[in-house]
Amino acid sequence: MNAPAKPNDWSAHPDERGRFGDFGGRYVPETLMPLVLELGQAYAAAKADPAYQAELTAFHKDYTGRPSPLYLAERLTEHFGGARIWFKRDELNHTGSHKINNALGQILLAMRMGKTRIIAETGAGQHGVATATVCARFGLPCVVYMGALDVERQKPNVFRMNLLGAEVRPVTSGTGTLKDAMNEAMRDWVTNVADTYYLIGTAAGPHPYPAMVRDFQSVIGTEARAQILEAEGRLPDALVACIGGGSNAIGLFHPFLADESVRLIGVEAAGHGIETGMHAASLTGGRPGVLHGNKTYLLQDDDGQIIDAHSISAGLDYPGIGPEHSFLHESGRAQYLSATDDEALAAFKLCAELEGIIPALEPAHALARVGDLARDLGKDGIIVMNMCGRGDKDIFTVAEALGRKL
Amino acid sequence: MTKDRIDRRFAALAAEGRAAFVAYMVAGDPGLEISQAILEGLPAAGADLIEVGFPFSDPMAEGPSIQLGSQRALKAGMTLQGTLDMVAAFRAKDQDTPIILMGYLNPVLNRGFDRFAADAAAAGVDGLIVVDCPPEESDPLADALDANGVALIRLATPTTDDKRLPAVMRRTSGFIYYVSVAGVTGVKEADAGAVAQPVQRLRAASGLPVAVGFGIRTPERAAEVARVADAAVVGSALVDEIAGALEAGTNENVTERVLSKASALAKAVRSARVRDA
Repeated sequence: MNAPAKPNDWSAHPDERGRFGDFGGRYVPETLMPLVLELGQAYAAAKADPAYQAELTAFHKDYTGRPSPLYLAERLTEHFGGARIWFKRDELNHTGSHKINNALGQILLAMRMGKTRIIAETGAGQHGVATATVCARFGLPCVVYMGALDVERQKPNVFRMNLLGAEVRPVTSGTGTLKDAMNEAMRDWVTNVADTYYLIGTAAGPHPYPAMVRDFQSVIGTEARAQILEAEGRLPDALVACIGGGSNAIGLFHPFLADESVRLIGVEAAGHGIETGMHAASLTGGRPGVLHGNKTYLLQDDDGQIIDAHSISAGLDYPGIGPEHSFLHESGRAQYLSATDDEALAAFKLCAELEGIIPALEPAHALARVGDLARDLGKDGIIVMNMCGRGDKDIFTVAEALGRKL
Repeated sequence: MTKDRIDRRFAALAAEGRAAFVAYMVAGDPGLEISQAILEGLPAAGADLIEVGFPFSDPMAEGPSIQLGSQRALKAGMTLQGTLDMVAAFRAKDQDTPIILMGYLNPVLNRGFDRFAADAAAAGVDGLIVVDCPPEESDPLADALDANGVALIRLATPTTDDKRLPAVMRRTSGFIYYVSVAGVTGVKEADAGAVAQPVQRLRAASGLPVAVGFGIRTPERAAEVARVADAAVVGSALVDEIAGALEAGTNENVTERVLSKASALAKAVRSARVRDA
């Protein structure tokens, strides 16, 4: 009944140099090059090792809580009056977002490699919490770099990481946000090359990170593809996911790349509006450059200096994007739209009120574009949206934006 | 033609039997005029070569000193074009001191490799060091620099093993820059004893002079390194003089403080002569 997936031409990416077309690569200081090469080899070996895969699958089942459900959002479907809207519910995972999918995969790899200390960067704190969680579970010391501004904005997650035994180091250099946290994590790695594993949270950075993080997150799309075929008897017309670095989106998209009838739609954060310059939409409002180890679309000025991103969602507040998205954008396989802070807030409220699901502000951006799409597709259409995180962490931000005092 | 300036300088120093003192500065730190004055004063203070950092918003291999220096420079309005203009003004007065630009790839990529290389050569730049462009990624840049006679100077580090060394040496000219510590600039101290062996290994593999940097802060350490290497590079300690002067509220003698520190370091390097002419 289910047509087997076509041979996936897209799975040839990246090449052995870590290139997705013109994007990706390994733009790191010489000190890190041997480490990045070693990581590439270690990951290739792990990927091919059934024992490693079995261990990961077992932890996903009993610790993460996979598979996550695919849920028909009936009242939202009715509200928009168009295509049936399905949520892939990765917000139900342990720790509250898709970030655990990757953190678990990487920490098992780090232990295989004999590394004894874990570092990570975090923006909203979801990746930091996921990393602190797996470090607690496996008994490894954990240092999380977080922009000083984000430490202030996301106090509950900082406390959560502390409870899990991680040390959160506020980063004051630069502008004190996610990009600076990533710089600081790189500086730590370059200084502690022998024992330290850098657990990057999104599908960006030097090769093999973009491909490796994508592989770990592809559990989302692999499950969703089987689940929608089971539920609807056919593939969806469109997939929708929010994009910061883009790990939840690439995880949903990748297993569908060869299904050319399925539209792939990424939603970037338009902040106060693309035209204001105060946004985080690297593809919509940026151009190619090199930062944090990869060539990709970046927000930058005429001199090639990186411009700060702006978004109500700390998790989308990053001036770059994973290189595979830059490639899918230029090749036209995926389409990238954007949603403003206000649109995301409206979608946030709508989802809470109609579905009894408080989404994170990140997937609220994706939901903000689902209505138009549902109407365009009409009642016969099917949409799968990645509900990649829950909104508990965002209630203070949302209260402030709505002018309410808690 | 410009690559020759580096070769001539190292040949002359070899004839004198001493190592080079290489001074690093961030273009535009703490302001455009003072920075120009520092650049123009460095040769008289004893700098044999000068590394001019073009500031970048996200300098991931720099310690706090150069991070802050870069931020001061960007705030003062420095750009890659501004850096080239500084070098051109310097070159009008000094035709002998090699100038090496050092920084991160994005501003160079943003300008376009061919245009950058042509403009750099025209400004009198002799070499380029790009921290985040390893050999695996640098062929297009090397092509552009070669076509314009600008040296591509590669970094070798304690993690560069024998397997990688040939890749690092390929298409390198001018000199090799040995990063003496695994870490960011200006934080860990270089152990001069541990530097001698890798310097010899790099010299033998490349046939080029070997400069040592990342972790030399004092005249004593500079002298120790100068005994075993072809050049000692000091950056953060000079940039710290700017921060110190600004902190003390003595904006007017920033230049003097930097140049006097440079003199002390240069003197130490010059007096360390051990190699025969």
